[in-house]
Amino acid sequence: MNNNSVLNMDGVQKVFFPGTANQRHILKNINLNINQGDFISVIGNNGAGKSTLLNTVAGTLIADAGTIEIAGNDITKKPVAGRSKWISRVFQDPKLGTAGDLTVEQNLSIAINRKRHFNLTWFKSKSERNHFKEVLAKLDMGLENRLDTQAKYLSGGQRQVLSLIMATLSKPNLLLLDEHTAALDPKTSEAVMKLTNQIIKENNLTVLMITHKMEDALKYGNRLLMLQDGEIKVNVSGDEKQQLEESDLMEMFES
Amino acid sequence: MIITGIAQGLIWAFLAIGVFITFRILDIPDLTAEGSFPLGAAVTIKLMVDGQSAVVATIVGFLAGCIAGIITGLLDTKLHVPSLLAGILTMTGLYSINMHVMGRANLPLGMQKTLMTMLPDSLDSNAQTIVVGVLIAIVVIALLWVFFQTKMGLAVRATGNNSMMSAANGIKTDRMVILGYAVSNGCIALSGSLVAQNNGFSDIGMGIGTIVIGLASVLIGQIFIRSRGMLWQLIAMVLGAVVYRLLLTIAMNVGVSPDDLKILSTIVLIIVIVVPMIQGKINEKRQLNKYLAGLDSGEKETINE
Repeated sequence: MNNNSVLNMDGVQKVFFPGTANQRHILKNINLNINQGDFISVIGNNGAGKSTLLNTVAGTLIADAGTIEIAGNDITKKPVAGRSKWISRVFQDPKLGTAGDLTVEQNLSIAINRKRHFNLTWFKSKSERNHFKEVLAKLDMGLENRLDTQAKYLSGGQRQVLSLIMATLSKPNLLLLDEHTAALDPKTSEAVMKLTNQIIKENNLTVLMITHKMEDALKYGNRLLMLQDGEIKVNVSGDEKQQLEESDLMEMFES
Repeated sequence: MIITGIAQGLIWAFLAIGVFITFRILDIPDLTAEGSFPLGAAVTIKLMVDGQSAVVATIVGFLAGCIAGIITGLLDTKLHVPSLLAGILTMTGLYSINMHVMGRANLPLGMQKTLMTMLPDSLDSNAQTIVVGVLIAIVVIALLWVFFQTKMGLAVRATGNNSMMSAANGIKTDRMVILGYAVSNGCIALSGSLVAQNNGFSDIGMGIGTIVIGLASVLIGQIFIRSRGMLWQLIAMVLGAVVYRLLLTIAMNVGVSPDDLKILSTIVLIIVIVVPMIQGKINEKRQLNKYLAGLDSGEKETINE
């Protein structure tokens, strides 16, 4: 492990329903090191363990064995809220990433205050509101005029963009993208993916992204992982990744 | 008669506010109410019988309710007991606790001065109740409103609305849920405390049906005031409780026997659950027809052109 390491997974195992007929060993001895500035796309068949991997990093699932460290801190047993200091996440379902009954401003306020919720000061602040307006105006989606709209009245695409902004507002050490464009129509999906890439570049974020779309996996990021049957089958980066083509990936899937 | 209804409604309003916090903000059906309401009553009356002042006794009654809420909250969040069952467990346990606090099934207050009778005798008993109810309602609503404007208050609301998102944004959701349970049941116990002082006694059976009364008040309040601003929503709870009491008072006056009040409460609750749904459907249908009719006439115009 080097100083540049953001996330380090060492011998991580995850077994579902141990000891029953349905026992499934989903993550098998995963060793993964993510460096500062890495943008990793993760692909793999259904059931290969992509989501389990992401959930284990996020804290939704706790690893059964092995250790997970982020920025030098052992977070193996930490719950989701405890990890939010370093990690933020955009969910696949736009409804999951935002609180529908709260306004756009309130949602953003929760995201920006992620380290101080146990606090009895006013959540509304003029300077924060202006900051939110600025950030949203850059997106050119008109969201800056909808700060007082409840999130549930936004379209799926707008709501997912809001989730993305919430996840990146306080510049996390690691951003988890959980097939975050899969629930959107093709055009919106492409626009959100482009925007995602732009935000990542601008803030030099470190990213772990699950995707079902081969072309996105190839087009974005500097590293590519392929999971198969709970193991990392392919782990390429740099030039090697750049030279990959969709046909290569299809071959890997078949092998 | 109407004055009595209003006075009664005001002291029952804290039950509605408490139920609103768990049912509407945390999105949890909490049955602890059935135990925390008589707990507030029992603790307050017992302390007063033992010589404490009404003010102290009422505050301790409120705090006792908070503790009951914390217990349900711990069962729900830390032991992962389903919330409905967690409430039932606390409520059942509280029956014994309430018996121990009172020492008997019915504890009369005696001659001790209550929060109401502390007021000058020139006011009649209804006026005294109204003054006390209004003053405490102002304090409680103001405190809750301020709380829900803070970062922590917003975190509680977010937790009730989307706990996944809340946890992902660093909110310790368990704590927020427990806090919500505590404040909610504190308010409910406060209501029990005031009702017992008003009645002049505390009774082991006075909690039966409180959750139905509370829910009915919440829903009635929300029929009248549809704002999503927190202040108006809280005020709606007071209004809901008052309207509900007025309905009961009217029912009693037209000759419904006290034995039938529980089934009347149930019917009222069913009506206030169903009516807004039907209203919504009718309204949606009307808007749809209007829109479709608009399309038709629009088409004709284009043909004419």
